[in-house]
Amino acid sequence: MSTVSAALGSLRRMDWRSFFQKYGLVISFLLLCGALTALSDRFLTVSNITNILRQSTINGIISVGMTVVILTRGIDLSVGSVLALSAVVMADALKAGWATGPAVALGLALGGLMGLISGLLITQLRVPPFIATLGMMTFARGAALTYTQGRPITGLGDEFRFLGTGFIGPVPMPIVLAAIVFGLGYVILNHTRFGRYVYGLGANEEAARLSGIPVKAYVSVVYAIAGALSALAGVILIARLNSAQPVAGKGFEFDAIAAVVVGGTSFEGGEGTLWGTLLGVLIIAVLNNGLNLLNVPSFYQQVVKGAVIALALLIHRAIR
Amino acid sequence: MTSDNQVLLRMDKINKSFPGVQALKDVDFEVRRGEIHALVGENGAGKTTLMRVLSGAAPPDSGSIYWNGEPVSIPDPAAAQALGISMIYQELTLIPYLDLGQNIYLGREPAAKAPNFIDWQRLYRMAQEQLARVGLEVDPRTLVAELPIAQRQMVEVAKALSLDASLLVMDEPTSALTEHEVETLFERMRELKAQGVSIVFISHRLEEVFRIADRVTVLRDGQLVGSAPISDLTEDDVVRMMVGRELKSYHAKEVAPIGDEVLRVEDLSRGDVVRGVSFSLRKGEILGVAGLVGAGRTELSETIFGVHPATGGRILIDGRPVEIHSPAQAIELGMGFVPEDRKAQGLFLRLSVAFNIVTVALKSLTTLGLIRPNAARNLARTFVERLAIRTPSLEQRVRNLSGGNQQKVVIARWLTLEPKILILDEPTRGIDVGAKAEIYALMSDLAKRGVGILMISSELPEVLGVSDRILVMREGRIVAEINDPRGATQDDIMRAAAGGANGGGSAIQA
Repeated sequence: MSTVSAALGSLRRMDWRSFFQKYGLVISFLLLCGALTALSDRFLTVSNITNILRQSTINGIISVGMTVVILTRGIDLSVGSVLALSAVVMADALKAGWATGPAVALGLALGGLMGLISGLLITQLRVPPFIATLGMMTFARGAALTYTQGRPITGLGDEFRFLGTGFIGPVPMPIVLAAIVFGLGYVILNHTRFGRYVYGLGANEEAARLSGIPVKAYVSVVYAIAGALSALAGVILIARLNSAQPVAGKGFEFDAIAAVVVGGTSFEGGEGTLWGTLLGVLIIAVLNNGLNLLNVPSFYQQVVKGAVIALALLIHRAIR
Repeated sequence: MTSDNQVLLRMDKINKSFPGVQALKDVDFEVRRGEIHALVGENGAGKTTLMRVLSGAAPPDSGSIYWNGEPVSIPDPAAAQALGISMIYQELTLIPYLDLGQNIYLGREPAAKAPNFIDWQRLYRMAQEQLARVGLEVDPRTLVAELPIAQRQMVEVAKALSLDASLLVMDEPTSALTEHEVETLFERMRELKAQGVSIVFISHRLEEVFRIADRVTVLRDGQLVGSAPISDLTEDDVVRMMVGRELKSYHAKEVAPIGDEVLRVEDLSRGDVVRGVSFSLRKGEILGVAGLVGAGRTELSETIFGVHPATGGRILIDGRPVEIHSPAQAIELGMGFVPEDRKAQGLFLRLSVAFNIVTVALKSLTTLGLIRPNAARNLARTFVERLAIRTPSLEQRVRNLSGGNQQKVVIARWLTLEPKILILDEPTRGIDVGAKAEIYALMSDLAKRGVGILMISSELPEVLGVSDRILVMREGRIVAEINDPRGATQDDIMRAAAGGANGGGSAIQA
């Protein structure tokens, strides 16, 4: 009884501002889904929803890494290029007869190493994250093009392709992988010292240092994680396409940054959640899907997407 | 008493509140033509708020302002400027890579004949005149960045004068100056006064107030305590007005048994900011470190805590020599450090009270890599209760707490580790009198439990009232040690800190 009346009391006292702060993103997402359901009878079907989820896995996995990076007050522009470099190296290893496991491990390690290099540039040489990862973006893209001489590597084998096209039960493999990444990311960010300290050093690096938090090591590891997750997204991409292109992943950094920012993570560092990022990823994916269903020409789609992102940010700022 | 036409500015029953605090309560303030008027009070007394009201940065909730006897309203800084009120802030607002002339006339450059072009010759000629008025014989084409801080301050004054300011507000103008520079500044201030300019001078250095001011107004807790010609008052009177009670009872450290040596520093150096410092700290002892800004006190504590590596000397804890290269190592050895600037260096403002308290204790709250959420919450709650931190919940962002409660959160963070040694750098800066008393009581309690406390403070009454022993630093060295603070005076400390007459009072061993 008392809990019920307490809940009612807090409902009455609840002000709209904090309500929207908490649930604004969910409401926007539901409104968007509702509108599309009304506008197109093909939207709310099992196959379309599965389709949306599958399409959002690559951006989703990259966005988890991007969230952690932005929480440290950084940015990673190199995710798309790192994806391409590790994808072509992985594909080449597969063509050379490597088994799936070792080839994937090689790809993730390479992605992690590229990220770690960015991280060390940032922490040891004090290069601003924007510049360090801009450099890595160009470097990794160039390395991918050089490695392949600009040609795609195709025919990757069924065992490997299972990672992009297979199912576990009724659930497509990419969705399983993305769910694992989000789940692990959630636990690490919220329930480990590393995760809590990422928030801490993002909120105030100096205070973190004076509290004995190994700021440089943690930030370096954060970029390594972002790199490894980019490589994992690359696994799904090339397994689905059965082809690794050195130009793959162009512009992926912007999709990820957009998802993270729509999801409410602050560029000021130390503020944001993976739950928000998940919603950001889904909002962008649903928007893409809806615009296709409604046969909006692709040039207009970009305009609409840009406007929606800007709007989301304005609303976010207004209710803060 | 005075005929009205001598009064330049009168502020009447000014009220101003911010969420949660009444910063000014019915404050009256009066400045006469051509006087230097000191505005004093402890941190948080309302000096800055009153001046922000005057300069239009924070319009009052109620009250009237009269300028030359006429009622005026000052809704924004432009209105203040139009009346002839200029603020000179502690942080200078000059643009370093523009030259002096461009800075002085920024945004109101004299126009040349051709539209939208600047008459540079006239600009530099006018700038030269303004600079001469404040005694600066430098080329107005010099970049601001090339001038020492003291001269930049005079450029600010020149800029203010070029706006036809008849009232200058100088907020702690001497805090970054050497003694010699202070004297030069005072000479200029006297010259300006002779030209009929009024100056409001905010300072916490009473000695300076008595040197330069004609009148003094004292604020405490947002209220006017009194206003009088300086010649009617002694320093003790002013201190009593500022603090509002007898100092001894207010600081009141309970006598704690002083135990074995817990920290020993031998010949510690870092570059030329810490030079050959040696001292020891014992269990249950509060060791005060006094000195002027820039004397190397903060640098000393940062070196001990491993923030910056020492370049020479050694540190012993419990009699054993230790290597400290990082804060993490210092923490491991049982040290805690409450930094000088709690917002910039201490707190994670956007994060919760709970996180801010358990930050350094997380290691012990982790099982198999995962933090035990209930253990973390309970630990935070324990310290919120023990230190009486006033917060609506553990999840409240620490940014929304008052200064005193924020400081208690930073201290609580270290108490979670039960440190042997606690370094407090300006532990009561910017917090109200009530919270100060709580912090002193807490320090006293910690000392009783055997913690060795190293306290750096610029507030002399605090150093004298709280410490068991006092070290005075100047130019990176310890220049005096006071073994009996109860028998010492502020003068004793100041003389040693400023390096005037050597030694001095009987309580000092130089």
